[in-house]
Amino acid sequence: MTFNRNLKNIFLVVFTTLILSACSTAKKSGDMEGDVYTGKETVKYLAKGVPDRVFFATNKSSLTTASRATLRKQATYLRKNKKLNVTIEGHADERGTREYNLALGERRANAARDYLMTYGISGKRISVISYGKEKPVNPASSTLAWSQNRRSVTVKVN
Amino acid sequence: MKNFFLALTIYFISLNSLYALIEVDITRGNLDPLPIAVSPLHVDIKSDEQEGIKVKELGNNISSIIERNFKNTGLFNPLKKEAFVQKPDIAHLKPRFEDWRLIKAQALVTGKLLVKEGKLKVEFRLWDLTAAKEMTALAFTTTPSNWRRVAHIISDKIYERLTGEEGYFDTRIIYVSETGPKSQRVKKLAIMDQDGANTKYLTLGNELVLTPRFNPTNQMVTYLSYFRNMPRVYLLDIETGMQEVVGNFPGMTFAPRFSPDGRKIIMSFAEDGNSDIYTMDLETRVVERITNHSSIDTSPSFSPDGKYIAFNSDRSGLQQLYVMRSDGSNVKRITFGKGIYGTPVWSPRGDLIAFTKMRKGRFYIGVMRTDGSGERLLTENYYQEAPSWSPNGRVLVFYRETKAGSKGEGFSATLWSIDITGYNERKLSTKTDASDPSWSSLLSK
Repeated sequence: MTFNRNLKNIFLVVFTTLILSACSTAKKSGDMEGDVYTGKETVKYLAKGVPDRVFFATNKSSLTTASRATLRKQATYLRKNKKLNVTIEGHADERGTREYNLALGERRANAARDYLMTYGISGKRISVISYGKEKPVNPASSTLAWSQNRRSVTVKVN
Repeated sequence: MKNFFLALTIYFISLNSLYALIEVDITRGNLDPLPIAVSPLHVDIKSDEQEGIKVKELGNNISSIIERNFKNTGLFNPLKKEAFVQKPDIAHLKPRFEDWRLIKAQALVTGKLLVKEGKLKVEFRLWDLTAAKEMTALAFTTTPSNWRRVAHIISDKIYERLTGEEGYFDTRIIYVSETGPKSQRVKKLAIMDQDGANTKYLTLGNELVLTPRFNPTNQMVTYLSYFRNMPRVYLLDIETGMQEVVGNFPGMTFAPRFSPDGRKIIMSFAEDGNSDIYTMDLETRVVERITNHSSIDTSPSFSPDGKYIAFNSDRSGLQQLYVMRSDGSNVKRITFGKGIYGTPVWSPRGDLIAFTKMRKGRFYIGVMRTDGSGERLLTENYYQEAPSWSPNGRVLVFYRETKAGSKGEGFSATLWSIDITGYNERKLSTKTDASDPSWSSLLSK
């Protein structure tokens, strides 16, 4: 099992390097890469150096390289704190229909959950909830606000 | 809560359905609304006083509601009362047609009412001024507190007689009332008469509620509630206030609607990042899975004959509209235009599907035939979605949100309606900000 997981890690590292080089041409403006938020303005921390959230591209639920790095830190933190359970809240921006956004938030939260599980965190410790577009962290109607709102947030339950 | 449903005794005085010269064509945008005179109803001097109701003004108030209903259709032009040439009681007996024609009226509504022994007796007549004939007449008895509904029922009867189609005035709209700043909205279920009167709140705002929808056969409602922070589809009886969760699903259920016979709820169930469509029979509690696809399948809506389901899926990569048989077979994509599509809602007439379209950062409400052909975009805005049909399939109600400033200021959510002709776009008056409207069927059907 341990060997397998290590192998997977190596594979992921190779994979992310490939993605990085592919993305190096993507436009970077301020705190956004493409339309994925990369800044720290709204981010809180589960513990020192462990960001609580990851961000997504419009209509997407795939994890970026930075998101995977964040989630690996969360996994390490959760492995150290074995009694801690979390809820992952999935969110969408306001530029979609309400019902589709509920489904999209659920898909995003599960993308984060699945990744934590591949790093050995039991699914029993992670519940998910989607809020769709109902709980924006930034209420502005701007591309920056929307990128901050397309997120999944890991919240401690106990 | 029995008084929601009034005991109506309706009897016909006469019905001259033949030889009418005037009629209103509602199949095209009406740029030439029919001039109609709505005379105040004559209040019988033998009327009793009635607590809480200004009996003397009842005739005026009922005619004002009828006028407003007609004006809001965009199909009629109610004339100013100052120009009226005959007293209400005399006009009701027999109008001097030539005098009413002088003020350019083509149709005339007259009536009288009596409040006696705790009952309200109303009769009205609709006159064709061009043909100098009575077109229809009706009388009924109800409790005085129902006087607003009396005005709506009269409006429906006149609308039906003049357009040949069922009216939609004696109806209600359920919606989500919104208050508070944009990032911390308090949402409650609210219900009001179609004209904005009689607003009532059905939940307290303790938990997030979304997407209420009427049962087309009665006054039950299904909606999404985050009660105990578990987003689930609920069923609400608005007569008794009883509510219950629909089914026993281990995850989020959402996007509920009733089947046209009112016996099933169709909805999405999300599990492990995948949303599929399910139905639950409300009597047998049998749950059926309708779609089984790794994409998001949501916003299902039955055709009025119950044989088909329109829904929203991103199986092609982005949100598009699909139609399938009600057992989930024969899935066909129906939208191929530029942009992405959501919230398909089948017309109660069965001929059209209303939808939300998103393209280049703008939002549209539109209609198309059920095979996806004949797309017509009715209205464009910064953000709008979630059309709901009037029971006669002529008008759509939907909600609109404004662009907010950097602190969320300037944000609003409001209800709007538009004819499927694309004419007569109109803001509905609500006590608070509002979203997710659903139009009821006719109450007195």
